[in-house]
Amino acid sequence: MLKINNLHATVENKRILKGINLEVNPGEVHAIMGPNGAGKSTMASVIAGSESYEMTEGTIELEGIDLTDLAPEERAHQGVFLSFQYPVEIPGVSVTNFIKTAINENRKAKGLGDMPAKDLLKKIREKSALLEIDRKFLSRSLNEGFSGGEKKRNEIFQMAMLEPKLAILDETDSGLDIDALRIVASGVNKLKSKDNAVIIITHYQRLLEYIKPDFVHVLYDGKIVKTGDASLALELEEKGYDWIKELT
Amino acid sequence: MSKYTEDDLREELKTKEYEYGFYTDIESETFAKGLNEEVVRAISKKKNEPQWMTDWRLEAFRVWEKMEEPEWANVQYEKPNFQEIAYYSAPKPKKKLDSLDEVDPDLLETFKKLGISIDEQKKLANVAVDIVIDSVSVATTFKKTLGEKGIIFMPISEAIQEHPALVRKYLGTIVPTTDNFYAALNSAVFSDGSFCYIPKGVKCPMELSTYFRINEGGTGQFERTLVVADKGSYVSYLEGCTAPARDENQLHAAVVELIALDDAEIKYSTVQNWYPGDAAGVGGVYNFVTKRALCETNAKVSWTQVETGSAITWKYPSCILKGNNSVGEFYSIAVTNNYQQADTGTKMIHLGKNTKSTIISKGISAGKSQNSYRGLVQIGARAENARNFSQCDSLLMGNACGAHTFPYIEVKNKSAQIEHEATTSKIGEEQLFYCNQRGIDTEKAIALIVNGFSKEVLNKLPMEFAVEAQKLLEISLEGSVG
Repeated sequence: MLKINNLHATVENKRILKGINLEVNPGEVHAIMGPNGAGKSTMASVIAGSESYEMTEGTIELEGIDLTDLAPEERAHQGVFLSFQYPVEIPGVSVTNFIKTAINENRKAKGLGDMPAKDLLKKIREKSALLEIDRKFLSRSLNEGFSGGEKKRNEIFQMAMLEPKLAILDETDSGLDIDALRIVASGVNKLKSKDNAVIIITHYQRLLEYIKPDFVHVLYDGKIVKTGDASLALELEEKGYDWIKELT
Repeated sequence: MSKYTEDDLREELKTKEYEYGFYTDIESETFAKGLNEEVVRAISKKKNEPQWMTDWRLEAFRVWEKMEEPEWANVQYEKPNFQEIAYYSAPKPKKKLDSLDEVDPDLLETFKKLGISIDEQKKLANVAVDIVIDSVSVATTFKKTLGEKGIIFMPISEAIQEHPALVRKYLGTIVPTTDNFYAALNSAVFSDGSFCYIPKGVKCPMELSTYFRINEGGTGQFERTLVVADKGSYVSYLEGCTAPARDENQLHAAVVELIALDDAEIKYSTVQNWYPGDAAGVGGVYNFVTKRALCETNAKVSWTQVETGSAITWKYPSCILKGNNSVGEFYSIAVTNNYQQADTGTKMIHLGKNTKSTIISKGISAGKSQNSYRGLVQIGARAENARNFSQCDSLLMGNACGAHTFPYIEVKNKSAQIEHEATTSKIGEEQLFYCNQRGIDTEKAIALIVNGFSKEVLNKLPMEFAVEAQKLLEISLEGSVG
């Protein structure tokens, strides 16, 4: 599904990603772990098409489609979803209005008309129940005054509504208490299918106790330096990252 | 990677042309340029006005002659040469119109282009439209329904003929002829406008709506509006304008007076879209407006405005809260783009006890424009327990525009409670990327963010108008910012 080949990226001429290779197949869950500053969030942003970074080398393909020259919204239309580490506030725009706009813009890109209100309502009901989201929450301004947990839950709610092929969860576990973590994780698990894939970016293996990864990759200094199965996450938890540094 | 930077944004902004920039060829009758006592007399004569009206105009003209054009506003422009303006322009009436079918087909075509064809308007149930084209009303609808309730809604020129006592009683009582330079000019030369009277205890069953347009190149537009809500009555009045593109600057100096007697309520909503000039800042309407309301005991006046047009805007819809327990409200969205300059706000003058006022101002600046909020909250010595809440928010797009806030507060009574909040924000790359990532392109994202920012004010508009206003916001910021 996702093929990343020799990906290099810079920010303000500083090299952050230095040759990433990654292949993700449908139905798989990949975890990207690594110390602060390794380039984990940069990788997520570059896949999503953020213009804050310059992609200097390599290719990113989703289901055979080259994403390199696509704008962020076009990548979204292709099925890329990024759950942000720090979701932004949009005052005056309700969660409902925002998701409605997003769904209809995605449909427009596929040549479809707006989703009928009845269907939209049904979907909202279904997905908000899945994530134990209160109806009142949906009328609040997007992320404005949300707690850390509410922000992350809202990200996963949007993911549930948009049904992406590839979901990248950038430190979704940070700022979550244990209950919120469980709700978010169970939501992600329920949304998983043999046709979609998830990349989880995290520091800790905490979230991975709830969402079992098929592969764990260790990112260090802009490169994937080690790949293993779920047991690698436990090993990292136990030993820390210092021994990884010595690997390079 | 395809990028959409702030520069692209700005570039698109520049190329955005005035949507309604067309010119309708209607036979017009226009006075020679210039202003003197003879011209004032001629206008009055043309309108077949009674002597008291002619005298009133002449008095205003004599005052105006001695006045200086004000310079305190935060706007820069070349002052109009008042002797280079033609002060009267009216479509030549072919005959007296009894039904809409008899309206000039070109005129109907103009309305169609604006998306406000009379046919559509008629279908929009409960909206009576008094259309003012180049200063003379050519069609009045729903007059009958209103008549049954005793509501008077007609061109002010007709009201001067048909209801002289009412007009004479109230005209100029809220905005005196001597009030300011532009108000004096308007008093001397106003060609037409609207008059509305709601009798005691009557709730006007429909939104009253007027569309203004400037049509003849080089003619100034001097509208005069007078709304009187008698005791215990209610009226919602809508005013909307669009103007065709013209090269030379056009002067627009309107005066609006609202009178809400005891227990009455007036809601006055405006959508203003005069020609803003081109991307280089050439042309555009100069909009110098005086709008003021008087609230008697328990009365309430709400001004709601969406200002997207004009090269220069100078406008402060105000409330004089004379009666005890009276309420004044001001909800405003002002959008400036390219080289537009707006200096707008309100004055809330608290004179009575327990008077309350609310000010919500949303300024959106893009391009190289300058957007200023100027507001005065004045609490008089006898205004026990007066309360005011003001909120002034500015949204910036790009780095070349400016937002300014000039709040003035004068309190002469210790029991007053005044709150003022202000924020300035910028549409950020992060917000745009977030929207983009959800599949929303930049243009749509900006429209979404701007609508969110303006929501508190848009919500105050009557339904029919809110849709139009939202469309206007998007058009005004298209490309850029939407």
